[in-house]
Amino acid sequence: MEEPFVKTEIRKDENIVYKRTNLLVDRPLSYCPGCGHGVVHRMLMETLEEMDAQQNTIGVGPVGCSVLAYDFMNIDMLGAAHGRAPALATAIKRLWPNKFVFTYQGDGDLAAIGTAETIHACNRGENFTIIFINNGIYGMTGGQMAPTTLPGMRSSTSPYGRDVATMGNPLKITELIATLPGVHYVTRQAVHTPNHVRKTKKALRKAFEIQKENKGITFIEVVSNCNSGWKMTPVQSNKWMEENMFPFYPLGDIKVDGKLIEKKETAEKV
Amino acid sequence: MGELRLMKGNEAVAEAAIRAGCDGYFGYPITPQSEVMEYLMAEKPYERTGMVVLQAESETASINMLYGAAGTGKMVLTSSSSPGISLMQEGLSYMAGAELPAVIVNVVRGGPGLGTIQPSQADYFQAVKGGGHGDYKMIVLAPASVQEMCDHVKTGFDLAFKYRTPVMILSDGAIGQMMEKVVLFDPIPRRTDEELIKQNPWAATGKPKDREHIIITSLDLDPAGQERVNLKLQAKYRTMEENEVLYETLNCEDAEYAFVAFGLSARICQKSMDLARARGIKVGLFRPITLFPFPVKQLNDLGKKVKGMLVVEMNAGQMIEDVKLSVGCSIKIEHFGRFGGIIPTPDEVVKALETQIIGG
Repeated sequence: MEEPFVKTEIRKDENIVYKRTNLLVDRPLSYCPGCGHGVVHRMLMETLEEMDAQQNTIGVGPVGCSVLAYDFMNIDMLGAAHGRAPALATAIKRLWPNKFVFTYQGDGDLAAIGTAETIHACNRGENFTIIFINNGIYGMTGGQMAPTTLPGMRSSTSPYGRDVATMGNPLKITELIATLPGVHYVTRQAVHTPNHVRKTKKALRKAFEIQKENKGITFIEVVSNCNSGWKMTPVQSNKWMEENMFPFYPLGDIKVDGKLIEKKETAEKV
Repeated sequence: MGELRLMKGNEAVAEAAIRAGCDGYFGYPITPQSEVMEYLMAEKPYERTGMVVLQAESETASINMLYGAAGTGKMVLTSSSSPGISLMQEGLSYMAGAELPAVIVNVVRGGPGLGTIQPSQADYFQAVKGGGHGDYKMIVLAPASVQEMCDHVKTGFDLAFKYRTPVMILSDGAIGQMMEKVVLFDPIPRRTDEELIKQNPWAATGKPKDREHIIITSLDLDPAGQERVNLKLQAKYRTMEENEVLYETLNCEDAEYAFVAFGLSARICQKSMDLARARGIKVGLFRPITLFPFPVKQLNDLGKKVKGMLVVEMNAGQMIEDVKLSVGCSIKIEHFGRFGGIIPTPDEVVKALETQIIGG
């Protein structure tokens, strides 16, 4: 009989330096290999665990690739109709003002069908956190054009590339939201390198700390890849994201302490 | 006995919500029901009971605010009128699917489309047969007075939580706008969060260490699982049919004919009944109060006693389908309706009885 590849004796408590947070359910993720959703899930749940917030958190999931987020996040959650998560979160936070409330939404959900719910929740200055995953495409339905699809970018409903003359321009909804007085903190991050992952986690912690103080909306965009929808390998998709998505959606803080950051400071050198 | 007041139907809904211990109201202005939110905003229920009132950006948002709040076990209400209720159908379907309790008031106006702001009963099918996508029902209560606008809010919340279902109060522009005396029930304190968690163990209220996390959703991608969801819902609807039918009869004991009408039409039929009886026509009135569950058995029994029924509705003939399904084909059943915001007069209802049922 062959020796097992992993020697069980190295799995000792004193050897463990990093493990799955208890706020993630122990089951396989439904995301494609190489997708950023799993990393964001983990950073979000680690943040809530570090804040000892499991019992004090109510999450709202979207429709899209992360429709099953509630199966992986070991907290109480509601699944909203497509685009409506900010409406659910508004009512939940108003009626449970001492709970942490967040929405987790993709770009089709937040920036197309849910534009009204998103903008009005932000403009009212509701005290919850929005986590916005922007991969420039409708992933779950099979790679259709999203509100955030770049000019010239191919998708299954823009097979010759997005023609802005007939299909409209990509919507920089994060910059738009940052201008609203009800919004306290807006940042755009990524999770394709360890450095970016650490920054995203810091932003999440900051957002939930601000939520405790009832200062208004905290909004974290994570620019992510969709290797399946973009028809690339994970490595190719991350390179493509750096070369094409980041120049259009520059990373960094956009609004801090209720004040817009000057544009030249916003763009992180790519 | 409770407090006696002269109020509009819409105001009675608002006051009843505060007194019922409602946790939140989410709505959007539309004629002829805007007094509900106006009354609530003026009344400052947050100071009276801690109830939250929020003007949303659309009916789509209001119903989804209800979905969110109801998913955490809170007792919540919205109101609107026909075009706004059409926008809410998405949320109602999701709430039925996720089995969430809430009360939705439809102060119906004439349609289709933007229609008119005058009273109508043309949303019967939408309310009773589902309205949104998928196989679902809501309990539908049809008030015929300002008193019932008040009482049905409390009944509605009781039924909504008993069955974990959205409950619709199907009113109309006349009942919403007219003023009548109303006896208000004594205020019931809002539930504390601890009481809410104890009474609604299914609700997403934050996961303690000692229970599994709660997921509120209407999604089950496995068809076998989704069929089980549907079978569970259908079983629940059968239980409602067995236990929750409400109706009222007037002068049906000696009746040879019967008016069948709900809401405002039933009020008009009361007068028509008096006019007809003064002329020697023995007519009674059967008024369904729950439109779902429909009083099938009771109407069937009445069908064995009378020679004919006139179904009077402010629409082109909607409830008549359920009356015919209940009674069968043994007697003559005809419809009389005015629509687009016209309210029938008692005289034309009597004339319709004489020409369509007695002489027809």
